[in-house]
Amino acid sequence: MAPDTHTDKVYESELRDLRDRLLEMGGKVEAAMAGAVRSLIERDAALAEKVIAQDREVNRTEVEIDDMCRRLLALRQPAASDLRFITTALKIVTDLERMGDLAVNVSERAKDLAQSPPSRPFHDLTALADLSGSQLEKALDAFVEKNVEKAEEVIEGDDLLDAIYHRLFNDLLAYMMEDSRVIRRATSIMFAAKQLERFGDHATNVAEMVVYMVRGTDVRHPGSRGGEGAPG
Amino acid sequence: MISNLEMATPMKPFERPISESGRLSVAEPVAPEPKLTVRDLNAWYGKNHALHGVNLTVTPHSVTAAIGPSGCGKSTFLRCLNRMHELIPGARAEGTLLIDGKDLLGRDVDPVTLRRRVGMVFQRPNPFPTMSIRDNVAAGLKLNRLPGNHDEIVERTLRQSALWEEVKDRLGASALSLSGGQQQRLCIARALAVEPEVLLMDEPASALDPIATAKIEDLIHELKERYTIVIVTHNMQQAGRVSDQTAFFYMGDLVEVGPTEKIFTNPSEKRTEDYVTGKFG
Repeated sequence: MAPDTHTDKVYESELRDLRDRLLEMGGKVEAAMAGAVRSLIERDAALAEKVIAQDREVNRTEVEIDDMCRRLLALRQPAASDLRFITTALKIVTDLERMGDLAVNVSERAKDLAQSPPSRPFHDLTALADLSGSQLEKALDAFVEKNVEKAEEVIEGDDLLDAIYHRLFNDLLAYMMEDSRVIRRATSIMFAAKQLERFGDHATNVAEMVVYMVRGTDVRHPGSRGGEGAPG
Repeated sequence: MISNLEMATPMKPFERPISESGRLSVAEPVAPEPKLTVRDLNAWYGKNHALHGVNLTVTPHSVTAAIGPSGCGKSTFLRCLNRMHELIPGARAEGTLLIDGKDLLGRDVDPVTLRRRVGMVFQRPNPFPTMSIRDNVAAGLKLNRLPGNHDEIVERTLRQSALWEEVKDRLGASALSLSGGQQQRLCIARALAVEPEVLLMDEPASALDPIATAKIEDLIHELKERYTIVIVTHNMQQAGRVSDQTAFFYMGDLVEVGPTEKIFTNPSEKRTEDYVTGKFG
């Protein structure tokens, strides 16, 4: 009956712009965490500084996206899927900004560690970084494609991320118990690992909002509403 | 056998003591009997089949909004509810229309009596131009030769329509001395004076400015305490603001009806989704 575009072409392009800005921000955050992890592993303080400096751009994009959403809500009175898209954008943008902050935290640790003697390699740290990065990438793909199945894969994938984090945590604990001289360095790595685990949690939040955006059902915190599953 | 406990504890409304299986069931709310029931309603203008088998129920003391593009059948639907549709030459309607379970479309039903029970407010305020404010409100009472203290009824309905404070000192003035928004509230008072049970409103605020519109919408919230309201509106935000239930009509079909919040946040039908998000045309 009707095409899948809005009769009002300006409105249509405003919604498209909002989506594009969110993706652009998501890309920046993804790159920031990748850079932060590389600076940590390669002991590259200059790269860490660059990541920290670029966070200002992420923060500015958050404010701009918030403005776009407010303007759309006030002037367009969106309904149904448009309303869900814009409220999702408002939620996602907060997660993305926070993910940018987590990349900054990892970079701060990388700067610190670059001044200390090298630690032994922790393969799980790389695995954690790879998985958390791909979780965000997949969540953003799900957002663009309006793909609930992909979003659900992200939600389910968080368990693996948590398992790797806990294994790494125990590994680092054993490392510290073996040699008290590494406590400071190991604590920094542990802190960075926690940031990556949190990064994955935010990717899960994005995926949950994608499910809401597409289906109109809220899958967050199932336990707290008397549904099945453990509290999130 | 009834136990002493059961005898001593009167059954509360909205509680089902025992289910069909004989087990005690958890108390659950029972839906009230519908005020209006529409079953397989079809309407024609000559050969033009304007409404196709509409099914809908309206809960007492609720507001139902009918939305849809021009020509979708929403106003036809509204006019069927008090049999104004059949006043148009060549127009007819078939189906079942029940008010409190009693048929409205039966030949033995007097349309004039029906229209007392199902009042209507139109798009443009249409007070009787040669009558005073007081006489406009009392017109239906006089026409129907209804007993009672007409001055009291005039005051009560003008209060109900939130107009009393603005006109109480000039009840003898011409109705045309009022602003558009006041005239519309006067028409609502006129419709209420004959004590209808259902109030039909056909785009009641489309000719009014935002302040007058807000007053009408506020009034609708108050009126639903006493009446059951069905409103046709082109303004989707208005439907969202005033109604409990929204019905979306398209090309003579009732595409979807449901709680207003659901229709505007997550409708089930693609056509509803396209309409409320502005993807038509």
